[in-house]
Amino acid sequence: MGPISHSINFLEELQKSVGLFAPETALTVTFLLAIVADLIFRRSRNVTGFIALLGFIATGALLMSNSSTSAFAFNSTYAIDPFANFFKLLILITSYLIVVISFFSAELYHGNRKLGEYYTLIIGMTFGMFILCSSTNLIMIYIGIEAMSLCSYVLSGYTKEIRRSSEASLKYVIYGAVSSGIMIYGISLIYGLTGHLGLAEINHSLNVANLDHITLLVSGMMIIAGFAYKISAVPFHFWTPDVYEGAPVTITAFLSVASKAAGFAALIRFFKVVFAAVPAQGSIPDATWNMLGSIDWRIVIAILSVLTMTLGNLVALKQTNVKRLLAYSSIAHAGYMLMGVTVMSEIGVQSVLVYLVAYMFMNLGAFYVVMQYANLIGSEELEDYTGIGYRAPVLGICMVIFLVSLLGFPSTVGFIGKLYIFSAVLSFAGKNGQNFYWLAIMGVINSAISAYFYIKIVRNMFVRGAEFDKEKFKLSPESLVVALIIVIPTLYFGLFPGAVIRWAETSLKILVGN
Amino acid sequence: MQNFLGLGPLTWITFLPLLGMIIIFLIPSGKDEKGKETSKQLFRWVTIGFTFLQLIIAIGIYLNYTAGMTGINVEGGFQFREHYNWFTVTGLPMFGNVKVDYFVGIDGISAPMILLTAIVCFVASFASFSIKKQIKGYFAMYLLLDLGMMGVFISLDFFLFYVFWELMLLPMYFLIGIWGGPRKEYAAIKFFIYTLVGSVFMLLVIIGLYFGVHSFNMLDMMDPLKYDPTSIFAPGHGWWRNVAFFALFVGFAIKVPSVPFHTWLPDAHVEAPTPISVILAGVLLKMGTYGMLRINWPMFPDSVKYFQCFIAWVGTVSILYGALCALGQFKVGKRDFKKLIAYSSVSHMGYVVLGMSSMNSSGMSGAIFQMFNHGTITSMLFIIVGVIYDRAHTRGLDDFGGLANKMPIYTGIMAIAFFAAIGLPGMSGFVSEMMIFLGAFMAYPILTVISGLGIILGAAYMLWALQKVFFGKLPDRWSGPWDPTHKIYKTDDINAVELAALIPLAILIIGLGIYPAPMFNMMNATVNHLVEFVRIGGGF
Repeated sequence: MGPISHSINFLEELQKSVGLFAPETALTVTFLLAIVADLIFRRSRNVTGFIALLGFIATGALLMSNSSTSAFAFNSTYAIDPFANFFKLLILITSYLIVVISFFSAELYHGNRKLGEYYTLIIGMTFGMFILCSSTNLIMIYIGIEAMSLCSYVLSGYTKEIRRSSEASLKYVIYGAVSSGIMIYGISLIYGLTGHLGLAEINHSLNVANLDHITLLVSGMMIIAGFAYKISAVPFHFWTPDVYEGAPVTITAFLSVASKAAGFAALIRFFKVVFAAVPAQGSIPDATWNMLGSIDWRIVIAILSVLTMTLGNLVALKQTNVKRLLAYSSIAHAGYMLMGVTVMSEIGVQSVLVYLVAYMFMNLGAFYVVMQYANLIGSEELEDYTGIGYRAPVLGICMVIFLVSLLGFPSTVGFIGKLYIFSAVLSFAGKNGQNFYWLAIMGVINSAISAYFYIKIVRNMFVRGAEFDKEKFKLSPESLVVALIIVIPTLYFGLFPGAVIRWAETSLKILVGN
Repeated sequence: MQNFLGLGPLTWITFLPLLGMIIIFLIPSGKDEKGKETSKQLFRWVTIGFTFLQLIIAIGIYLNYTAGMTGINVEGGFQFREHYNWFTVTGLPMFGNVKVDYFVGIDGISAPMILLTAIVCFVASFASFSIKKQIKGYFAMYLLLDLGMMGVFISLDFFLFYVFWELMLLPMYFLIGIWGGPRKEYAAIKFFIYTLVGSVFMLLVIIGLYFGVHSFNMLDMMDPLKYDPTSIFAPGHGWWRNVAFFALFVGFAIKVPSVPFHTWLPDAHVEAPTPISVILAGVLLKMGTYGMLRINWPMFPDSVKYFQCFIAWVGTVSILYGALCALGQFKVGKRDFKKLIAYSSVSHMGYVVLGMSSMNSSGMSGAIFQMFNHGTITSMLFIIVGVIYDRAHTRGLDDFGGLANKMPIYTGIMAIAFFAAIGLPGMSGFVSEMMIFLGAFMAYPILTVISGLGIILGAAYMLWALQKVFFGKLPDRWSGPWDPTHKIYKTDDINAVELAALIPLAILIIGLGIYPAPMFNMMNATVNHLVEFVRIGGGF
């Protein structure tokens, strides 16, 4: 191959890649436009927000247009497949809703604060998550994590005048730096072991060579630590409560949904592409992945999952701040989703996808109501919620629906998520009669425990304070409309989950190999 | 019976409350300048109206019910069937097609429960006149609860069943929690957590069964030929089937409640407002025993036989322990009338469990009849307690005496309920307890004799309570009229609204005591079918 043909190939590859990269490009353009617009329209505080919304719509359209594409870009470092597309769309919807919700936030619009950077950074963060969802190369994954983290550090400290917020930001940076350090060390170990950074090449090395057991375990664990940090799995969760409590509610919601989703995307892709045996050409792929190597990663993830949900739920029982409580609950939900990852099968992945859709609606909704309440009463303490359900009834009923959905109550979308997760776990039948019935039992015990603290919020809102008649709050119709926009899918997909399940099912295709 | 607007009577009877709830939400609470709610009466009458419509439909169902059809595992044996597809998700890996149906129908087990639910909900809506705060929310929750309970009794699809089963938890939580007594928060959360723990394990079993038959249809789950032989609950996997049976049994036993899962019940009853106590004892507890008959017995006939003796013991222990706890109300410092009746419920539901463990026709039909009778009798008892509680604002057994002189009509009505609870011949409770003992004696003579003690203990606490509250000397503090202003209570005796709630129940109790045939005709064929099905082990 001469130098000319090489460069032509390179150009062709680049041309092809740029086309596939269009949604990300759209985000970048939006990002730049937002910065410029912020410089031009100095008076307006919302202009970057509206640009973000328009940019997200354009990105969404581009995503939809190549929703069934499966191709590698940039020399196989970047995979455009239905799986990535699913997560990108999910993240995009979340970002869109977060921008909309941010318009209503009193803490963000406090004083004379400029919000140009705020919305711009949300776009930046979305871009980072997009990278993370599609990367098939460890360095690219690392870049994705960093791009998204750097934006989120700034965003979580955005309300500078609140001490907690700055504290949250600082803690986030420190924990983030440590976990990135661990992850990059793990990457370097695996590079030393196999000589590759591409996930598919590592898979190939695993397949042909007998690699050192301990080194592989250590490096794998270190890389998992990086993902676990993003999805706030125990024992890498320490940043979560403080950051979630301190950050502006909108950012807390964003981190708890989008950033977690991106983390799961990368985690699942990592396991599937690196550790699952590639089925022979033309054969029907197994529903349950055939894992390479002598390490039983299923057990590792199962333990991580049990620790995560148990700790999240138990600590949440004691919380008195609603934001902090929801932070621990989001840790527990990461644990439930890890149950789906544990089984490492198509149905397992599907259950995680279904759960994420459910989780997006209910968690965003819960945080939205928390934000509205903070606007009204200036507090996020559980005690101050006494009787608030009667003072803002529509919001109160919405909150109850979000909370029971988080609890996994039938007729809400949360139930469908739980049903799929448990089904995935119970359906698993591995080699040598391995099963995960114990994991499913831990899961249901946990969801019974979680009833206590979700209902505790409901109790304070409705059961307490029914006696005294305080005057009702006046809420703008738009803010109620936003609540309904989130509550309707929560109920609708709970009763008619077909669309969600089908969407998840068609998004199972993960590109492996070259 | 004709379909109306394309929907069958079972759909109407279940979803009418939803319509009522929407109407209640749409009516503004309309406060006048003093802050008093002006739409109070409207909410009450909307609820009474809708529960009355339900009752009419229930009577229609009763009149059109064909005796002699079987049900249980025969789709053709169910009446008023409606079978639509709810949602289908096609072609999943592992799952195949996920198909959830809206499949409802009634047989001899569920028909009496439908009647009971309609009657109790109608009656309790009169008892709801004593609710004074947040009326709108109360009646909305009341109707939602009604919907959940009806739904449980009609569902033949396990998914649907589970949705209704859980759905009724939330309104119940609010009804106890918001409108309850001093320790309402504790009682409400205890109820909620207990039931939820039972039902999450039920969920795992449902998923396991689903992987067996690839359908949520309950009837398919009763057919051993439909099981995938490699699946966890397939015929032959005896150990796992027993585990599943036990998980379901515990889930339902919590609801019954059988000792040792009964501790939520006294708390819930003591704190709940009168109408909610009525519904709790009248209908909710039956969901537990109903679930056993509808799900445990026919789906795991092999395990039922394995656990038969254990179940009989659970029944016996509940009978005696509940009765002793009720007697204990005369010993301890705080003597609570309502707690007494709550414990008597534990005891009386124990009879049902004992009857079901007998696996013969008389024991089983006695058990179903006892479910119905306990519903009517205990509802009466709770309304009776509510009547004096509303006036005296206390339920202490020590605080009363000689009420017979002050409230003669009330005492007369009360006597019917008390004697029915004791099981006096001529009252419905006698017939059902008789049948249960008859059946149980054939299966477990010694246990039955021991349980017979429960009857004596029952008579003891009931008569004791009767004597304490109604006979003897009226304490001086009650010598004046209940309500000196005569605004709420014009006379000292029971008022018309309360009578309206009590009299229909009294008629049913005496009527069925004298002529129980209509009830037995309704359930005979189904019960015989179930007994035979379990006897041959259903092919498992």
